Parts: sequence; structure tokens; C-alpha cells
Amino acid sequence: MQEMTMIQAINNALRNALESDPGVLIFGEDVGHNGGVFRATDGLQQQFGEERVFDTPLAESGIVGTAIGMAVNGLKPIAEIQFMGFIYSAFEQIISHAARIRTRSQGSYTVPMVIRAPYGAGIRAPELHSDSSEAFFVHQPGLKVVVPSNPYDAKGLLLAAIEDPDPVLFLEPMKLYRAFKEPVPTEKYTVPLGKAKVMKEGTDISIFSWGAMLPAVRQAVQKAEQEMHIQAQIIDLRTLSPLDEETIIASVQKTGRAVVVHEAPKTAGVGSEIIAIINDKALFHLEAPVARIAGYDVPPPLFQLEDLYIPDADTIRAGIERTMKY
Amino acid sequence: MSKVLARKPAGPVFNLVDADGTADPQLLPPLTERQYIEMYRWMKISREFDRRAVMMQRKGQLGTYPSLEGQEAAQIGSAFALRKEDMMFPTYRENGAAMVHGLPIRQILHYWNGRADHFVKPEGVNVFPVAVPIATQVLHAVGYAMADKFKRQNRATLVYFGDGATSKGDFHEGMNFAGVFRVPVVLFCQNNQYAISVPYHRQTASETIAEKADAYGVESIRVDGNDVLAVYQATKNAVYKAYLGEGPTLIEAVTYRYNSHTTADDHTRYRSSTEVEKWRTGRDPILRFRRFLERQGLWNENQENLLAHEIQTLLDEEIKQMKQCGPSNPLHMFEYSYQDLPLKVEEQRNEFIARRKGGGIECRK
Ligand SMILES: Cc1ncc(C[n+]2csc(CCOP(=O)(O)OP(=O)(O)O)c2C)c(N)n1
Repeated sequence: MQEMTMIQAINNALRNALESDPGVLIFGEDVGHNGGVFRATDGLQQQFGEERVFDTPLAESGIVGTAIGMAVNGLKPIAEIQFMGFIYSAFEQIISHAARIRTRSQGSYTVPMVIRAPYGAGIRAPELHSDSSEAFFVHQPGLKVVVPSNPYDAKGLLLAAIEDPDPVLFLEPMKLYRAFKEPVPTEKYTVPLGKAKVMKEGTDISIFSWGAMLPAVRQAVQKAEQEMHIQAQIIDLRTLSPLDEETIIASVQKTGRAVVVHEAPKTAGVGSEIIAIINDKALFHLEAPVARIAGYDVPPPLFQLEDLYIPDADTIRAGIERTMKY
Repeated sequence: MSKVLARKPAGPVFNLVDADGTADPQLLPPLTERQYIEMYRWMKISREFDRRAVMMQRKGQLGTYPSLEGQEAAQIGSAFALRKEDMMFPTYRENGAAMVHGLPIRQILHYWNGRADHFVKPEGVNVFPVAVPIATQVLHAVGYAMADKFKRQNRATLVYFGDGATSKGDFHEGMNFAGVFRVPVVLFCQNNQYAISVPYHRQTASETIAEKADAYGVESIRVDGNDVLAVYQATKNAVYKAYLGEGPTLIEAVTYRYNSHTTADDHTRYRSSTEVEKWRTGRDPILRFRRFLERQGLWNENQENLLAHEIQTLLDEEIKQMKQCGPSNPLHMFEYSYQDLPLKVEEQRNEFIARRKGGGIECRK
């Protein structure tokens, strides 16, 4: 055990993976010598050599496309996209190929690769660095999408993603990279993909969220619980595709009320999907319509306004109140 | 390697002024004394602006900032070769070029200050707003120039990008379109040797950027990017060629950035101080041009001091104006995602106003 920030936990997971499997390779822009712009790959090239940890030319489609080829040919590539906002030129490789080669070849070729990308607003980065476009990828069958919210999960989920036989998009909330530390085992362990985590038990309302929104959710819940004398259940979804429907349904069956919180724009965000699942499978348990607290339907603005764009504890608390008082 | 397969050696680098300021008078571009001095002035303004911006970033007055120091000749020489009506597509690093082409310094400051209203097209200024994804603007510039050709407009479009950008598909697709459609565009690569930490030889196995043009049937030239007159002359030729309908040109300006990629990274992790010093002291573009002007009898210490003072005053005023603008108007976040706001966004906007988190003012200019 060691106290680690999320970025340290990710670095540690990558080191474990390189140590235990000679087929693991890490590559992308600035990940080698420089150790990544956030230091996620710090020291890995020095330890494992340039053949296993290396800088590529500046070309996202190239990075993802070649990772697909390597994965198909038996390696375990971990490709880094420097910021999620730059993934779009690799969109075709992810959507048309990484996610479909298993289907296309009826299982004779598979793509066991991981794409890591820092994402989300709140660190005063320049334009486009702050996108939360997870929904584009969740819509694509054949691809898994994972978002950790704390150092322990970040390490365990990343190691599970690396072992996973399918392509996994691993989105790392930049805002949480250095937000806090917690004890993380230095040896290898996994946290299963596709399983949500009940962060806090409660009986009156379910709050579904992921990634960088969780600290604000906790704050909001603390306040709401004091003010309204309620017990809220907080669920960190952790994997956005495939969603853990069982945990979602069980929670709503227990509480009868729900709020979904995400940073991404509201329209067609993952929140909509969660509500659809609840409608399909737990409609008659609902005591109130499910509230959606999300980013506005505008591109994330430059940094002077980004904090006004991101849902905060107040807005979340108000959503909880609305749902409770319905 | 066998002779048959050996690679063609790279062509020479076009150069007019040597490091000590000497030049062959026969080869100099036909510029007036005033134009020479104007060029020098902009190089100095760019450098001083850049130094102030880095300092302001350190004090938390600007966000992450990409420094241009060392690239003044490449930026000013090329921008100087444009007429006002020609179009410019800059990247985040071309603050110097953009101001030469008429973008108000204040507006550049607003952008790095993270304002939503930083780019409202100033009347008659043909500078396109900066977009951060690498190389995407190459295609926009090619398309923009295709439209000029279609409209029989005798205009050139100049697009900037770095060496890293030449790895992206968009660069290659842009070059290919430019070649096929003989587009009146100048593709201007500032090869500053690094894309963040990744050095040139990791970016491409070709010896030069210029030679990439061959494959697309596009003419190219490799210039000394620290020689403002060589950059000017090469760009002027390319721009004329565009006016005459003779198609695209790729210019590779070989230069160097002195500082880190942006204020967010640390270049000492990937470069030696000897390498940086070699460029700073041996090949500095401003020093070289000053020596040239002095040799021509166009410049002296007294003028230098006056200019320094003028630039101080100018930048003090611009920075003061920027600060007086105060915080950005939050409603700008909603105002421009569509011309007519869809109902749902209007609702979100109204909800936002009702909860009104913080004030702000407009600062369009
Ligand atoms: C598509 C894309 N990928 C990654 C980035 C992150 N990034 C910003 S600048 C940069 C390096 C660019 O190098 P170069 O094109 O040589 O231009 P320079 O910064 O040296 O002027 C990178 C990787 C980006 N902006 N866009």
C-alpha cells in the first residue's frame, strides 16, 4: 500500500502491466522521454526501454490505427491520446475498426487494446482540451468505455482494461489527477469492468454519476441530507459501456427516486440512456421523474467561463431537492 | 546503402543575410528603408509581447501560453509578404504574424486570458480564429483559397503550421488537394525542431519538410527561418505565384523555439541547454537583422532605445486595456452556438440567468 494520487496510480498500473506481460507496449505523443504531459508514463521508458514505451509522430489516427494492427497481431498496445479533444481524427479507426473487427471476422480477429485519454473541464486548459464526449463512444457497440473517479479504481480498472479481450477507451478525469491521495496497493489487482460501485448507501434517492463529478456529488449529497433529513445512495458507474444495469435498477427499486449527474452536454448524453434503462425496467418503482443535471448544450467555453459551465454542488443539490419534493 | 536506393540529398537552405549581418546587396528584396525598419519594429514588438505574456501567465493573468521567442523572423517575414486582403490562418503560436496582419494585440491577449468573446472579426482584418487541433486548418486554408480561385479573386491564402503538423493526415490531404486543384495557397511550416518534446527526427524520417511537397506535385522551398529577409522574399514569391494562378507552394522555414512548448511544460526535460544556447546566441533572428540594419546605416543605438521605449508604452497600454475589461460575460457561452437558439438552449440560458452565477461584461474589441 502506498498513498497515491490518481496519476501516480495510473503510472503504477502501467508499470505493473509492463512488468508482467512482455506484449504490453505504450505509445503516443510525448509519452516516452517526456513521460507524458501529465507524467502518467513518467520513468517508464527509462525502465522498460524505447521498444516498449515510445513517442510516435503527431498523428492520432496513426496511433490508434497502428495499435489496432498490433493488437490483431498478438500484442497488448496501450495508446495514449494526449487529450480527449484530439481523439476525433482517430474516431474512424475506433468506430469503424477497433469496435468492429471482432464482428467483422466473426471472432477470428480481436482487438485487445486500450486507448487512454485525459478528459473533462476544470483545469483552465485551452480550447477543446476540456471536452467530455464519452457519449459519442458509448453509442458504438463493440467498444468498452471506462471512467475512474479515484486512485484505487483508476489502477484496478486500468489493469482490467489491459487484460480485457476487447478494445477499451479509458477516460481519465484530468481534474482528479492530483486532487487527492488514497492508499493504493503497489502490486497488481483488478477492479472488474462493467460493474458500478455503491459509494454510499442510502434509501431515499439514487444519485448516478462518474468521474470528475463525484466530488461535487458528495458535497451536494452531504448538504441535501442535512437539510432534508434523507439518506442518498451514491453510485459511481465506473464503466459507461456496458452499463451496469443491475446495479442501476436495484438502486432505483430501493429508493424510488433518482438523479443523474454528468459534465457532458445534456442532449443525448449518457444520462439519457440511464433514464431510458430506468423507464424500461423500474418505471413503476419511481416516485418522481428522474432529474438530469448536466453541462449545457454548448461547446465547453474557454477557461474564464468553464467553471460556470460545469455542474456544481449547488445545482446538483437543487436537483436532489426537486426530485425529493416532487 | 546501394547507389540506386540512396536518398537524394536535401537541397540548400535559402538565405540572404548571414549571422553577422552581411548580405549580398544584389540579392536583397526591393524594400524601402521604412519597410526594413517596420519589419524590425514588429520583430521587437513580438518578442517583447511574448516576454510580457509569459510573465503574465506566471502571475496568473493569462492561461497556458505558447511562446514564440526565436521564431520572430519566420513569423514577421512571412506575414510582411501579404497584402492586407490576403487571408491568414494562424496557429496558437503565430501571435507575431497575426498582429502584423492587423489583429489587435488586445484581442490576442483576450484569447490567452480565456475570454469567450476574444475573437470577433475586426473589420478588414483577414486573420482566421485560432483552433487548437493540430493541422486541421491546413484544409480550411486550402478550401478558402479554392473559393478565391472559383470566385476569380486574385488573392493568396497563407496557412501556418509546425513540423509536428506534417505528421497528420490533414496536412497530406491539404497538400494533395492544393496540388490537384492548383490552389492559390502558401503552406508555411515553421520547423522549430520540436512538437512538444518530440524532436524532428522522431516526427518524420524525411530529411526535410520541403521535400514532402514533391510527392504532391507542389513546389517547395526551404528557407533559413531566422533570416527575416529570406523568409520575406520566399513568401513574396509564393504569394505572387498564387496571384498569377500558378498554384500552391510549401515553404519550410528552419527555425527554433527558445522556450518550452507552452508555459505548461518544461523543455529542460528533453533539450540540452547547449543546444538552446547555440540557437539563442549564434543564430538569433533579431540580433542578425539588427546587425544588418546597422551595416546598412539604417539603425543605431539611439534609435534602438527610442524603439524600446515606444514598445514599452504600446504594450503597457494594451495590457491595461485588457485588464480593464474585467471578467467575461457568462451569457456569451450560450449566445453563439447557433444563430437562432434552439428552445432547449434558450431554456438553459434562462435557467442560468435565474441562478446567475457571477457577473461579467462584454469586451468585444
Ligand atoms: C490533433 C492534436 N493532437 C495533439 C495536440 C496537443 N498538442 C498541442 S501542440 C502539440 C505539438 C505541435 O507541434 P508542431 O506542429 O511542431 O507545432 P509547434 O507547437 O512546434 O509550433 C501537440 C502534440 C493537439 N493540439 N492536436
